[in-house]
Amino acid sequence: MTDTLTDLGRRPAAPVPEPAVRSRSKPGSGRIRFASAVIGLYVLVAVFGPWLVGYDPVATSTGDRLLPPGSRTEDGSLAIFGTDQVGQDLLAQVFQGARISIAVGVATLLLAGLIGVTVGVVAGWYGRWLDGALMRLADVQLTFPSILLAIFIAALLGPSVVNVVIVLAISNWVTFARVARSQVLVTKNRDFVDATRTLGARSWHLVRHCVLPACAAPVLVVATVEIGHVILAEASLSFLGLGTPSSSPSWGVTIANGRNYLGDAWWISTIPGICLALLVVSFGLLGDALRDRFDPKLKNL
Amino acid sequence: MPAYLARRLLFSVFVLWGAVSVIFLVLRLVPGDPATVLLGPDATADQIAQLRERMGLDESLIVQYGSYLRDVVRLDFGDSFRMNVDAMELVLSRLPNTAELAIAALTLSVLVGFPLGVLAALRANTLTDRVISVLSLVGQSTPAFWVGIVFILVFARTLDVLPSGGTGGWQHLVLPAVTLALPFLAILVRLTRSGLLEVIHEGYVQTARAKGLRESVVIFPHAARNALIPVVTVVGLQFGQLLGGTVIVETVFAWPGVGRLLVDAISHRDYGVVQAAVLFIAAVFVLVNLVVDVLYGYLDPRVRLAG
Repeated sequence: MTDTLTDLGRRPAAPVPEPAVRSRSKPGSGRIRFASAVIGLYVLVAVFGPWLVGYDPVATSTGDRLLPPGSRTEDGSLAIFGTDQVGQDLLAQVFQGARISIAVGVATLLLAGLIGVTVGVVAGWYGRWLDGALMRLADVQLTFPSILLAIFIAALLGPSVVNVVIVLAISNWVTFARVARSQVLVTKNRDFVDATRTLGARSWHLVRHCVLPACAAPVLVVATVEIGHVILAEASLSFLGLGTPSSSPSWGVTIANGRNYLGDAWWISTIPGICLALLVVSFGLLGDALRDRFDPKLKNL
Repeated sequence: MPAYLARRLLFSVFVLWGAVSVIFLVLRLVPGDPATVLLGPDATADQIAQLRERMGLDESLIVQYGSYLRDVVRLDFGDSFRMNVDAMELVLSRLPNTAELAIAALTLSVLVGFPLGVLAALRANTLTDRVISVLSLVGQSTPAFWVGIVFILVFARTLDVLPSGGTGGWQHLVLPAVTLALPFLAILVRLTRSGLLEVIHEGYVQTARAKGLRESVVIFPHAARNALIPVVTVVGLQFGQLLGGTVIVETVFAWPGVGRLLVDAISHRDYGVVQAAVLFIAAVFVLVNLVVDVLYGYLDPRVRLAG
């Protein structure tokens, strides 16, 4: 009987977890644990790595140029990842790159989230023509290839860490705005909000205490999904010479530098690329798993 | 249908107008004189004065905006100061190369991505499905420029079976097209899989099975047609990202298309060309979206009726 019912259901409903086995069978537990561990490791490296293995962007050491991974440098230290075209230790550069890429990713999301949530809440709360205007603006931006917009603005502003954050935030706020708006629309007519309003609460109080808390979970899920894209976009811009300047080399900069030495030194481009891909895959896994667990509806945004 | 078409057309014009206005605004928000910015650091005082006059920089912003819009409607984006030719002509001359690359990548993604997605859905939650899903996640998360570099390293430098860049025979097309196709292919796999899984339990699919149709007939005309609807929209939306991707792939493989022209123009501060290239890619993108929307309305009547 149960089988027939499931088969007749219009689409497979999410399995209702039995309380007893719930802690074991939550969807995506394995993925979440694996991805969190990898991301945690990267964050540790980003915070402590450059402090352990010093990196000086202007130092050069001609005798140590293009050493393969595992070689000894002139001063006797081990270059695990080898050295680059000016004799810099690649490991130090990868650690520094982790710090820059993650910092740019987080800063971009904070800015994009701030812009997006503000626009989304304003649009959803006030509705009417303001909602229409803001959401059309979002549609226009969505129909425009974001990397192109980023390239155009970055080309005019010139390469710097702050500019990269601004450029990427401008091309990523839309998703946050849409999510926040849909949460506001769901929440604003709920009974507890009406009750609070009846007690005499003003808009600001209602938004802060009733609406924003409802936005928090989906916004965090979206942020996890987006951060991988942001880090990729930053690397692409840096690769084109439009992202972070060479004084603060993100992974994209190091990969671009290694391009001219592919024949003699494959490691310069390859290793930072693997580091980058692993981090982005982990964020992708984590984002998908969190979304499946907390909010499958977000899939279409 | 005509009302739906008209609405979509109006929206496309609106989007293009938005893109044009953003470019106008950004050029004026950048610190410094727009004429100096547009001409780059090597321009003579004479050239700057000439362009200042042409752009009407001494007039009010509104007047400037008006004359800018008039130029855009006439498809006049000024000249490339570096090559001394019309900027838009330069962009158009590179178009066939980019089109070749984009169409090759698109064809490849559809030919490989769709069957893989169907396979993953039919074998949902088996090892095959897991492997395909993980591969598609990796494909989506690996930066295109890095994949391109690794391809050059492996196939051009080490194995020496394919050229590392430039144009020529079909051999030159293989690496750039595969690099450009990968992220797109990965998305297509995921979408096809989830789209098919959603309809596979619907009543009409069960009916088709109950009638005793072969499984291949159940999947292809019956299930796949509805599963395709969301795939078509996203293919359209993602096509823009693919166009954006050409900028990077063309740079890696020294492919002489619009994207490479754009990057070259940026590094030489040839903003007349930058402007023309950005607007051109945006226009192509809007056009593709329009076609997809129309196709969508045709595939799914609910869309054009809903308004």
